[in-house]
Amino acid sequence: MSGRDDILRALRRAAPPPLPLPEWSGRAMRFDDPVSSFLKSVAAVAGTPLRVPDLAAADAAVRGLETWTRARLTASLVPGVGRSSLDLDSVGAPQDLRDLEVAVVSGAPAVAENGAVWIPGSRLGRHRAVFVIAEHLVLVVKAEDVVHTMHQAYDRIRLERPGWGCFVSGPSKTADIEQALVIGAHGARSCAVVVVG
Amino acid sequence: MSAGLPVPPGQHARAAARFVANEVRAHRHDAAGWHLRSNRDRGAGSVPEWEALREAASAIKAHTLSRLADYLEEFERNARQNGIQVHWARDGAEHNAIVHGILAGHGVARVVKSKSMLTEECGLNPYLEARGVEVTDTDLGERIVQLLGEPPSHIVVPAIHRTKEEIGELFQRRLGTPAGLTDPTRLTEAARHHLRQKFLSAQAGITGVNFAIAETGGVVVVTNEGNADMGTSLPPLHVACMGVEKVIPRARDLGVLLRVLARSATGQPCSVYATHFHGPLRGGEMHVVVVDNGRSAILARDAFRRSLSCIRCGACLNTCPVYRRSGGYSYGATIPGPIGSVLSALRDPRAHADLPFASSLCGSCSDVCPVRIDLHHELLAFRRELSGRGLVPLGKRLTMKLLSLVMRSPRLYALAGRAARFLLRRAPWALRLGPGAAWARQRALPSGPAASFRELWDRQASAEKGGLP
Repeated sequence: MSGRDDILRALRRAAPPPLPLPEWSGRAMRFDDPVSSFLKSVAAVAGTPLRVPDLAAADAAVRGLETWTRARLTASLVPGVGRSSLDLDSVGAPQDLRDLEVAVVSGAPAVAENGAVWIPGSRLGRHRAVFVIAEHLVLVVKAEDVVHTMHQAYDRIRLERPGWGCFVSGPSKTADIEQALVIGAHGARSCAVVVVG
Repeated sequence: MSAGLPVPPGQHARAAARFVANEVRAHRHDAAGWHLRSNRDRGAGSVPEWEALREAASAIKAHTLSRLADYLEEFERNARQNGIQVHWARDGAEHNAIVHGILAGHGVARVVKSKSMLTEECGLNPYLEARGVEVTDTDLGERIVQLLGEPPSHIVVPAIHRTKEEIGELFQRRLGTPAGLTDPTRLTEAARHHLRQKFLSAQAGITGVNFAIAETGGVVVVTNEGNADMGTSLPPLHVACMGVEKVIPRARDLGVLLRVLARSATGQPCSVYATHFHGPLRGGEMHVVVVDNGRSAILARDAFRRSLSCIRCGACLNTCPVYRRSGGYSYGATIPGPIGSVLSALRDPRAHADLPFASSLCGSCSDVCPVRIDLHHELLAFRRELSGRGLVPLGKRLTMKLLSLVMRSPRLYALAGRAARFLLRRAPWALRLGPGAAWARQRALPSGPAASFRELWDRQASAEKGGLP
């Protein structure tokens, strides 16, 4: 443990006089209609925005997605929206999800300024890999869970400890080859976001 | 498969000259950096409170640096409560030994890694490879440079110096793609399949850390590709490596920091994945290695402390006219560009004495920095420091002495002006010799005016006086 103590001692010796920790004033962009702004942001990050009045309509919308109609292996973690063609709880290792085509997951809050949706690990069931290993991702969000900015998102998020959570904003992407934007680097090749209500 | 620096330290000017000698490549690199800078401007411009955010981000970091040891202890305590094992490394060698020890303890032979400039700084890949561990970099750009046997030349876009033709040829050789394939979409698809196999067979995942939250004992890792998430959701063992400066006080500080990070890096409103780890995967283990490696020494330096606020967005590289026209490798350092010049010179002033001069001091780096590091002031301050330590080359020293002499004496100044005007008119070739040669190269010399401003002024004044009744 001497490394630890050496480092902490060196950092204490080197530290400047204490400075105050600022509080964010809260003055930040606001949207007249955060839900429609959120849907616009989803489109801007190459996601597929959808808005439906209720869960039954969400189910119909998901089943109408081209990625869904073509898929054989699907997993839904949102009761009433889509269906699971495999029993996630009986999947032994996350690697066994390698052929998963569509995953339906719910999240909250959702952020109007950037199209991000917070996915708490507790909503992903036994294998959190579903959200990133599936070829296509469907995120289901309640309209009342849409907030304006990341500041408000962090006010609402309860971090699960121990646990895991992730902001997802659109499908996986890269621009590492000559700055050309390519969708579907390692994670989902498409990301449909269904706002309910 | 690991990569030492392609250019040794201390060669910036020479390596930059070699880089710009290939005009097509130099222009492409310049345009690529400017493309990112323009995207950054659009991202920043879309947020009315942008400057307030930068101010807040800077203040959060400055506060944290003033109480770094306290926050690291708080982080450690809370992380342990979350079931995360925390390790401490004084330097790169300790860091590498700790990471290898964890992997060896689990019999790991195949590991997938997502982007971490810290592990580049410590030379982790060659260390692990020498001990029989297969390390696969999984960020597309990092995989490209790893297959080429090169280090990254940019901290966000590691293969920014390579063309799609070169990458196509590499993939043909290493991944079996068809000859002549240069379409970025299809090349990326080939890499996806290749790396998917690596993810599925990996026994451990190594990641960097963008932010460590003291209050909750978790770490945040940000990617666009999802490679860090694949690498930490499949294998049961996760090792996250962080510099001591990555800790922040509270989760809600991320509201500020994540809002500026991606917009500054690529102009995106946020990265695709911002993953918050507060414990191991079910049935697995999670380790965090906290590394000093010279950071506490930087913290002690009043004039340079703010460089530890860096959140590695790369905006100062993209905007820097010197970086864009000289390429990442010319710096002879793991991190290039303005921030790399400061950090490298601080770490080893003798080896990197050229880097504080690899800047026009235009100040664009400081203007775009999301945490308001005073980069060009630090570069200037370091020049003074180098001069005090006698680490400035003789030619530069003598030139500065001469200039200082001339600037302080009005008579010498006038004389030098007359000489320069005479030479410009009568013998411009003479200005292309001697100490002025480097300056005059690639520049058209102006035609010499007949008189200086001062002479014109005096003439005007006496004419007016003479004209008075």
